[in-house]
Amino acid sequence: MIDTALVLAILVSALRTATPLIFAALGELVVEKSGCVNLGVEGMMLVGAVAGFAIGLTTGNFALAFLVGALAGAALSLVYGVLVLFLMVNQYAAGLALTILGGGASAFWGQRWQGQNMRGLQPVEMPGLSQLPVVGSVFTRLDIMVYVALAAAALIAWALLRTRLGLVLRAVGENHDSAHALGFSVIRVRFAAIAFGGAMAGIGGAYLSCVITPLWIEGMTAGRGWIAVALVVFATWKPGRVVLGAWLFGLVSVMQIHGQGLGLAVPSHILAMLPYLVTILVLVLISRDATRIRLAAPGSLGKAFRPTA
Amino acid sequence: MDSATISEPRPATSGGAEAPPRLRVESVTKQYPGCLANDDVSLSVEGGEILALLGENGAGKSTLVKVMYGLVAPDAGTIFIDGREVAITSPAEARAAGIGIVFQHFSLFESLTVAENISLGLDNAADRRDLGRRIREIGARYGMALDPGRHVADLSVGERQQVEIVRCLLQDPAILIFDEPTSVLTPQAIEGLFDTLRRLRAEGRAVVFISHKLEEIRALCDRATVLRGGRVVGTVEVAATSVNDLARMMIGRDMPAFGSDHAGKPAGEALAVRNLSLSPADPHGTALDDLTLVARGGEILGIAGIAGNGQEELLAVLSGERPVADPGAVLLNGRQVGRLGPGARRRLGLGFVPGERLGRGAVPPMSLSENGFLTAHWRLPLARRGIISPRRRAAFADRVIDEFRVATRSRATAAQALSGGNLQRFIVGREILAGPSALIVAYPTWGVDVAAVAAIHAALVALRDAGAAVVVMSEDLDELLALSDRMAVLCRGRLSAPMRVRDCTPERLGLLMSGATPLETADAA
Repeated sequence: MIDTALVLAILVSALRTATPLIFAALGELVVEKSGCVNLGVEGMMLVGAVAGFAIGLTTGNFALAFLVGALAGAALSLVYGVLVLFLMVNQYAAGLALTILGGGASAFWGQRWQGQNMRGLQPVEMPGLSQLPVVGSVFTRLDIMVYVALAAAALIAWALLRTRLGLVLRAVGENHDSAHALGFSVIRVRFAAIAFGGAMAGIGGAYLSCVITPLWIEGMTAGRGWIAVALVVFATWKPGRVVLGAWLFGLVSVMQIHGQGLGLAVPSHILAMLPYLVTILVLVLISRDATRIRLAAPGSLGKAFRPTA
Repeated sequence: MDSATISEPRPATSGGAEAPPRLRVESVTKQYPGCLANDDVSLSVEGGEILALLGENGAGKSTLVKVMYGLVAPDAGTIFIDGREVAITSPAEARAAGIGIVFQHFSLFESLTVAENISLGLDNAADRRDLGRRIREIGARYGMALDPGRHVADLSVGERQQVEIVRCLLQDPAILIFDEPTSVLTPQAIEGLFDTLRRLRAEGRAVVFISHKLEEIRALCDRATVLRGGRVVGTVEVAATSVNDLARMMIGRDMPAFGSDHAGKPAGEALAVRNLSLSPADPHGTALDDLTLVARGGEILGIAGIAGNGQEELLAVLSGERPVADPGAVLLNGRQVGRLGPGARRRLGLGFVPGERLGRGAVPPMSLSENGFLTAHWRLPLARRGIISPRRRAAFADRVIDEFRVATRSRATAAQALSGGNLQRFIVGREILAGPSALIVAYPTWGVDVAAVAAIHAALVALRDAGAAVVVMSEDLDELLALSDRMAVLCRGRLSAPMRVRDCTPERLGLLMSGATPLETADAA
């Protein structure tokens, strides 16, 4: 009845679908932990996607492609950083503007790459894991970035909780006035966090154009940036839950595509809603504790910082 | 700073060509738009000396403190440490120069733990090592039981201050500045703090102690520098100056009368809680345990207790922020209101002044007239069918500002722009003018200047004389003893039967508050 090959194929597909979300959402998580909401994730992913694709196609060097994708995302995020941190522009408006700007800029620069094909980043065999019974083959069909994303989640979780840098970041996001009073540079910390968030979104975008569908299409992120933003909130700013949510989203996305293929007697639009609904529902259910949310949500989130003279 | 200089106390009265003072501030001037906060302010403090910095809110103390800590760049002025001119342009530089500070407005992070908060204030990695143990150690040494793993969000005002104090002490500073540190401590804890401060003085450190409480300054400090309107009025030897003289220097006239005459005439029951047991909403909170409270019209009932013994929970139950399942567990003028929320209870005649003025007592960025409207409209016809009457709203705010002498440019000023004392005058005034039959006041004079304390006390007494029940919750025992007609002690979620205030002594209350003497709870009829 249950087709093992199909299940494994769905699993592989789900893990890959989740990877760009993990990158982008982890970046946004760090930005939000510093007290800023950057709604420009979608735009930063798009410039990352076009930059990554361009480098991947012309050089065939995917390490370089992801690096340039990261730089492109970070460069765009600096626009947001300057607007928000120095010009005190409303964070939400600045983020929305960034999404529009990123969409337009990537479409403009992407014109000459439109419709070109390349051989994307290839899977690697994970030694050890690939020897596992039944699921072993999954670990021969995933590329290295899937693992990098998970390592990044673990690293960020550890850094936030266990390092000085993470503590200062959380402090700035929790109460920028107190952090300022203690002598931490709120602006510098936030600027660095925003650039990091941009770089992570850029990597997420490059993953789309270099791995999932190795080509460039205008607007190819198709709302994944927004999912990433939502994931951070529903995951109550916890990296582990971000990964969980992204996996869930990936799994339901892939399953509903298979469901559509099997001709289920449910309108395809309803099926297409499922990943969003299921992800949000599950994350809401596991993070119902209001006290814990209060402790996890950065206190200064979305507020402009004006140092008092 | 080498440790030999710290550990050798210098006689404060050495004559001749003595060494320069540990800290000297020379001619500091700071102009803010529309306000000269510091005008040619100078002071000096020796190692082995406690200097009182005395002044009303708005006298320029906070600005001076910020200048000394590198948070504010003065327009003019110099700071000398041990005779050497130092440029202090950031808190890190201040800490490196040996200056530690315990702020009045805490610079704490609610979602972080005690240990994380303290770690943020320590610049050297070496200081941060083994922090949990050292926090417990210093806490134990100075009588502050702090759990390093708890989140600050779950701590009371008093406990938060302890975090600030421990953070400061961990850096072993040669110069310590305490910005109104005693306002929330029990008498025993104040004595403990004073012991600590005296020990710091004996270790040769220089201590700047900021307080409004003149008796404390008399008990603790060597000299006092008095500020008024941004200028130094004078620096005096405390031992040679009377409390009244200090007050006159500080406020420019005689000391206003505090407290009440204790002549309340308890009448019928106005606000009551009956046999209420309640688990806390917060994982670190305190459960209320078979708590019974009866406040009668025409009396001021004081509720004493150390922070974290159920104050937050009891306040939430009284105000209606936390409705309870049993409607009869809370009674207002004989009506069962247990299930009603704050708005419905206000309509029935309850007034509430919460401890946190900004954020709970008032919406910080909203104007005074808006803040006045937000609570008063339940009782007074400031709106008709949901449409606000701007004229009546303005008239109400103006009446509060006028009758309670709130110093503000206008009713359109944002609540957050007011000083603590002025905002408290406004909030208390707003509640009283809504004509409550029972008023709950939490920490009424926390961080409030002398004149405002007197005004707030007088207002509460007048409300009592008008027949309302006034419930005052405070950690400041002196204030409760001065103000209350009857007092009850809250300890571990249980409330003692009320005692007449003349039967209370600070020692007896202190023992009840710390749980050393078991409470006799009231018998609920």
